[in-house]
Amino acid sequence: MKTSMKRFQQSYFLHSFKHDRTAMMSFFFLACFIILSITAPLVSPYNPYDAENIDIMNAETPPMWLDGGSSAFILGTDNMGRDLLSTMIYGLRISVVIGIGAVSLQAFIGILMGLMAGYVGGKVDSVLMRIADIQFSFPYLMVAIFISAIFQVMFGIGSFEKLAVPLLIIIIGLSEWPVYARTIRASVMGEKNKEYVEAARVIGLSRPVIMIRHILPNTLTSVLVISTIQVANAVMSEAALSFLGLGMPVTKPSLGSLIRAGFEYIFSGSWWITIFPGIFLVLFVLVVNLLGDWLRDVLNPKLYKG
Amino acid sequence: MFAFIVRRIAQAIFVMLIIGLIGFSIKTQIGDPVRDMVGERVTPQEREQIRQKLGLNDPFLTQYVRFVGKALHGDLGLSFFYKKPALDVIVSKAPATIEMVMGAGLLIVLISLPLGVYTALRPRASFSRFVMGFSTLGVSVPVFLTAIMLIYIFGVQLHWLPSYGRGETVDVFGNGWWMSGFFTADGLKHLILPSISLASIELPLFIRLIRSEMMEVLETEYIKYAWAKGLSRMRIWLLHAFKNTLLPVITVFGVQIGIMFAFTILTETVFQWQGIGYMFLEAVERSDTSLLIAYLVVVGSVFVVVNTVVDIIYGFINPTVRIAGTK
Repeated sequence: MKTSMKRFQQSYFLHSFKHDRTAMMSFFFLACFIILSITAPLVSPYNPYDAENIDIMNAETPPMWLDGGSSAFILGTDNMGRDLLSTMIYGLRISVVIGIGAVSLQAFIGILMGLMAGYVGGKVDSVLMRIADIQFSFPYLMVAIFISAIFQVMFGIGSFEKLAVPLLIIIIGLSEWPVYARTIRASVMGEKNKEYVEAARVIGLSRPVIMIRHILPNTLTSVLVISTIQVANAVMSEAALSFLGLGMPVTKPSLGSLIRAGFEYIFSGSWWITIFPGIFLVLFVLVVNLLGDWLRDVLNPKLYKG
Repeated sequence: MFAFIVRRIAQAIFVMLIIGLIGFSIKTQIGDPVRDMVGERVTPQEREQIRQKLGLNDPFLTQYVRFVGKALHGDLGLSFFYKKPALDVIVSKAPATIEMVMGAGLLIVLISLPLGVYTALRPRASFSRFVMGFSTLGVSVPVFLTAIMLIYIFGVQLHWLPSYGRGETVDVFGNGWWMSGFFTADGLKHLILPSISLASIELPLFIRLIRSEMMEVLETEYIKYAWAKGLSRMRIWLLHAFKNTLLPVITVFGVQIGIMFAFTILTETVFQWQGIGYMFLEAVERSDTSLLIAYLVVVGSVFVVVNTVVDIIYGFINPTVRIAGTK
């Protein structure tokens, strides 16, 4: 444990992190966002899901520094009279959960497919990769919109809203797995003819063991690099779906559904219901993207050039 | 080359069959054609009779073959809501979407070409840095947020531009097929904000692409040779370098046009633009399955055709592509 700590302290990774101000800033903001979303019930001034805290009379209160704002609601209230700041923090929490969940599912499917395609090769490879290619030729947002439309028609809007979080994880997970499958396959192809794999095969280890214990760890760098970008993508997809009304319901809003709810009120001048969640979302996605760019530069200089 | 084209077209047909299969399974799983035809007020016996007559009790494969056959004749079923063939509904809504994509495409060309070239030629200038920083930010802003902010600034606050709908349209061919907003001042005004927001998602990508391609070309031997010959700066930049950056840009542009069609679902929702994206969402709300499937098939085929054509063109230009697939 101690040696690995020491190795980390002397690593190029940490060194380049300390010398990159953008990376440090992004990491700081990301850490804040993550902490906010984990501790949402503690930090947010109100519980937006609790009907007792909601008074429709407070609806569309402007932020505290504007005329008519009250110090009880720092960023004002939304169209239902919920405190905007609390609703945003809870919304961020939902967005983060869906983002991470969807990326885990993508990674799971993609890694499985990529490992099989890359290591087994032959027919399995061409079938799996053809499927990935076909799905890849359609924009992922389109696929996601379509799957959720089908789900919504299939389940009916009522039960879709009840199951929204797991369903969204499945939808976004299914729509973007080819990214992983392709990357993993490419790195497996590079690894599988190396001596250590040969050695593992010679001592008689089974295929699954070689794939998971020996090859997979050596492909994880590229997984890490795409995962950050994919989390940003997943959060964006979730926001887009919710904005279209195919995602989280307004009673349990994510950032996307808050923007959707606020959009109707923008014509009457209540800009804050839309703009604040929007800034929150953009900041989160921007920070993750910047961190992903930095990771890619540090861990995989070759990928960057290509 | 011939073998490559044949293989690519066979693949396209295969993909279309799969899309058809997906559409068809949705239709058999959740749609009820009997309801689409006669509504809810029919006795179960009569329903069963209609089912038998329509061949809904046939084996899955027979029905699928029939579905494909009908689709090839342009029959994708009746829209439950519009009481019209689904394909007609889509055709009548398509011009609005196509016009928005054309507007956005024009903006992308007009903005990204000069900016991309400039940032490649002057990578250290402060304006270039501003553009690059802006494009990093642009990637992280969802398109609906851009659209909402444009509406708020130009529509609600400044009252300069209309914020929803298509405005006044003209019937181009005189038969009601193509209602165009291109020929009236009002229609063009309505087109500005949607086009800008749709273009905003593609702009960062194109500026970066043009910049990196141009920078790569500027490093090549023949450009150095052109400098050595003492040609004028403008001639080298525009005639020698710029021309060779265009090729990859054009192929990407082809694919991205398809992707823009996907994003029109978002922009059309914000601007209440009566195109196929808006129609699609309405169909979801109304559970109009026939229309959903028709949309899937139509948009799917647009994608397949665009991708196939781009691939074949690319095969002509870059021989490695057609060899890579053969093994």
